[in-house]
Amino acid sequence: MTLLWIALLPLLGVLVPILTVRYGRTACTLATALLPGAALALTLFQIPALTEGQALRFSVGWLPELGLDLALRLDGLTLLFSLLILGIGLLILLYAHFYLHEDEPVGRFYAFMVLFMASMVGIVMANNLILLWLYWELTSLASFLLIGFWTTQSAARKGARMALTVTGAGGLALLAGVLLLGHIAGSFDMDVVLASGKAIAADPRYPAMLVLILLGAFTKSAQFPFQFWLPHAMAAPTPVSAYLHSATMVKAGIFLMARLHPAIGEHALWTVLVSLTGTVTLLYGAWFALFKTDLKSILAFSTVSHLGLITMLLGIGSPMAILAALFHILNHATFKAALFMSAGIIDHEAGTRELKCLGGLRATMPVMALLTSLAAAAMAGVPLFNGFLSKEMLFTETLNTPILAGLSWVIPVLATLGGVLSVAYSLRLAHAVFFKPGRKLPPKHPHEPPRLMRAPVELLVLMCVLVGIFPAFFAGGLLDLATRAVLGEPLDFHLAVWHGFNLPLAMSAIALAGGALMYWRHSDMRQFLQQFNGMDARFVFERGILACKYGSERTVTWLEGNSLQRYMAFLLIATLVSGVIGLVRISELTGALGNQPIDGVVLFGALMLIFGGIATAATHRFRLISLLMLSIVGLFVALTFARYSAPDLALTQLSVEVVTMILLMLALFFLPQRTPRDSSPMRNVRDILLASALGLVIASLNYAVMTRGSVSISDFFINQSVPGGGGHNAVNVILVDFRGFDTLGEITVLALAGLAIFKLLNRLRLFMPHSDVEGRLWSPDRYPAILTSISMALLPLALLVSAFIFLRGHNQPGGGFIAGLITAVALILLYMARGVEWAQHRLDFPFQPVAVAGVATATLTGLGSWLFGQPFLTSAFGHFSLPLIGEFELATALLFDLGVYLAVVGATLMILANLGKVTTPHRPVTESQEHQAESTASTTGKESG
Amino acid sequence: MEALYAITTGILTACGLYLTLRGRTFPVVVGLTLLSYAVNLFLFSMGGLTTHGAVIIDGARDYADPLPQALVLTAIVIGFAMTAFVVILAMRARSEMGNDHVDGKKDDHE
Repeated sequence: MTLLWIALLPLLGVLVPILTVRYGRTACTLATALLPGAALALTLFQIPALTEGQALRFSVGWLPELGLDLALRLDGLTLLFSLLILGIGLLILLYAHFYLHEDEPVGRFYAFMVLFMASMVGIVMANNLILLWLYWELTSLASFLLIGFWTTQSAARKGARMALTVTGAGGLALLAGVLLLGHIAGSFDMDVVLASGKAIAADPRYPAMLVLILLGAFTKSAQFPFQFWLPHAMAAPTPVSAYLHSATMVKAGIFLMARLHPAIGEHALWTVLVSLTGTVTLLYGAWFALFKTDLKSILAFSTVSHLGLITMLLGIGSPMAILAALFHILNHATFKAALFMSAGIIDHEAGTRELKCLGGLRATMPVMALLTSLAAAAMAGVPLFNGFLSKEMLFTETLNTPILAGLSWVIPVLATLGGVLSVAYSLRLAHAVFFKPGRKLPPKHPHEPPRLMRAPVELLVLMCVLVGIFPAFFAGGLLDLATRAVLGEPLDFHLAVWHGFNLPLAMSAIALAGGALMYWRHSDMRQFLQQFNGMDARFVFERGILACKYGSERTVTWLEGNSLQRYMAFLLIATLVSGVIGLVRISELTGALGNQPIDGVVLFGALMLIFGGIATAATHRFRLISLLMLSIVGLFVALTFARYSAPDLALTQLSVEVVTMILLMLALFFLPQRTPRDSSPMRNVRDILLASALGLVIASLNYAVMTRGSVSISDFFINQSVPGGGGHNAVNVILVDFRGFDTLGEITVLALAGLAIFKLLNRLRLFMPHSDVEGRLWSPDRYPAILTSISMALLPLALLVSAFIFLRGHNQPGGGFIAGLITAVALILLYMARGVEWAQHRLDFPFQPVAVAGVATATLTGLGSWLFGQPFLTSAFGHFSLPLIGEFELATALLFDLGVYLAVVGATLMILANLGKVTTPHRPVTESQEHQAESTASTTGKESG
Repeated sequence: MEALYAITTGILTACGLYLTLRGRTFPVVVGLTLLSYAVNLFLFSMGGLTTHGAVIIDGARDYADPLPQALVLTAIVIGFAMTAFVVILAMRARSEMGNDHVDGKKDDHE
């Protein structure tokens, strides 16, 4: 349980700065530090338990079907990293308190920092591969927010985007790798995976899995050739660089390699890939660090170099190499965080971090000069500093490694060369800033930073020195636990400052002397380098991104060309092709059932449908006529349903047809009355051919299906309708009972469409034609008397009919849908006959709540079955008898149907009444107003002409 | 009868699709409505064409297939909702862009 709290406290801590930022910055910083501090304390309390033996574990099931558990572990490796993450994190919070300007949103910054901290803690504590990956992605997102914190700066945005692209892509590779690893090991549980190293190495999928996982680790830890994002991430505020790019994020890849080492590290491929990548990165980073002039760039490239060093050690993989790698992780985090913070202080107090503008700062910042020099010495590997010890161990291991067989002697030579470069850039960093006389004056007058801003640097430098002098006392215990976690058994080692005169010592001496020499001849080397044109990684990256963007834009343009028509045509061609493929596979079009005989009524109906369809298409330029033709089709479709034994459908189609026609006519009032002739003849021919071809395919498919018998699940519904659903109308029982969930979804869509239309009609600016196309005024007789009186008489009758249809729906044709539509039509008739104002005055309530109430009723009916321990939307029914009426049946499905009814009425009226309202502010003009409307008429006339 | 039915469905489909390929919003809406008629007819015929079939369960013999009917019933109502949405969208587009081309183009070739 304690483990859960360690992981959870920082996560909860994300909210603290947001809530406390209003109480001032000091309060905010203190409050923010509280929860991570508690997590750190909890971690420290676990040390006694850890020294006794095994790792601590905690696990609860999360999504066990997917192999994802909330499984945490705390072993020596986790401890090492947690101390770094939480400890340095707290120091960074203190530092950021002084670093950020007064007007910067400190709450947001702290929240991002703590989010990042929490996700890093999650990575190192995860005892489940997928959980680890989730946290891994969370760090990518948090680092994106942090790098791009200064959102107004282009460099920050680009740097953040680049970091996210590279690490995000790596994260995807890692996911694939982790899934493969889980499949190979048979479980995503880290304990199982770590224990099955031999089986994993023997699996044929090992190489693919290894490459994918390493892609994730290398992108995160900025290994060559993915190192380029790290220097550009320096656009972040310095506390972020100090935290992410010294102690934490870039160490996540290293952590992953160390964590998975027992599972995937026992293979020759691992050794070669990892150690060679590490070596190349070590030299690459060190070389570029030597020639950068921006303080943070130097540090960024040196970080790349040191990460390469650690990777190289992990690749070598011998127990002592693992120890050296872990030791260097600790050392690098301390001196690099100190150096980054120093660079930030210099930037903060001198106003620049450009080496060309700095120099001789020792006079004004003596304490900082001392601290930075000490940290740089640790980075260079000067004796009596912590960097010296881990570098000695590296040299020793490179001498013993057999990885390149006959060429293995190259490794120590390259390592020494890395050491030389590292001494040179460390020397340059300290000397050029503080001791060399400056050529230009910095923009601000430099001075020492506030006492507390310096405190984190002092603490870290103190650690560098203490560990350097008393390594066994200050780091021995921690490293013992950490190596035990990686190797699975205790390693017998002794950390000491002095190992006697031996080859590694000589290599260190060569590195120091060579580095000093190299710095002395630095300007010559730079002149030599200036003959070459360096490529800026950012331009290459941006060019790649742009190429991707333009490439996809071109493809999309080619596909749809910003033209809905072309897009439709492609879509239809694809449909045509798949339909044709389906048809050519069947041997004969007519199936076993054959044709039924045709009678005169059917023939007449079909001819009317065909006539209506073709007339609609042929007259489409004259929109009103086209609409009338469409209504013929609609009516005959209703008759078709009635002819083929589907009375429910016929009723529905009939009422929907009425509503649709009213709607389209209303809409046509606001749209041009005629369509201009703007399709070229070629286009017309193409469209006709395409549409006809599809029509043929559809007709053939339809015929083929109809003439073949099929196995249907309908018998179930027919048999179960009465005993299971309590209704004799199988269609209605399917709608409100068997497939009630579908219907619920459907009325939700209906209500949503109504709401969307309500929004769309909001503040609609419309063209108000004052006359039709022929120039005739709209009828002055707006509300014909006969219609008015009939509609009044019809309303109660229609309501009665709809109540009747609704109630009998379960056993006879009818139901909520049809009843709702009839009610809606009756009300709309009133609107049409008496005008919107009149109707609105009498139906003075909005229809949105009606639709929503309908959906809610249906949902609640469904939820009600939970109260009786039944699944969602289980129905119940019973028979009751009342005097006078006799026996009748009540079913919960009726309540559900009531919801359907309300939703249909509400949505339909919402659509039509709102559309009708649009017309009310303007009226058809009368003779006297005609001249006023001339101006609007001239614009709309052009539109519709 | 089946052949006639299929031909009708095919012709309605073709007319509907031809209209959806037009460049102005209103014909496209009309075309979609026409197409949805054709689709509903197609879907309805999946249960076979039953003449004088029983629809109410009363121990009778020859039932019309209720499943396609239920599906088409919901399809009709959803189709109405979509038609309404699209036609209002067309109105809105015309009021925002000043013309009724499906791509919102300004240039009219009249």
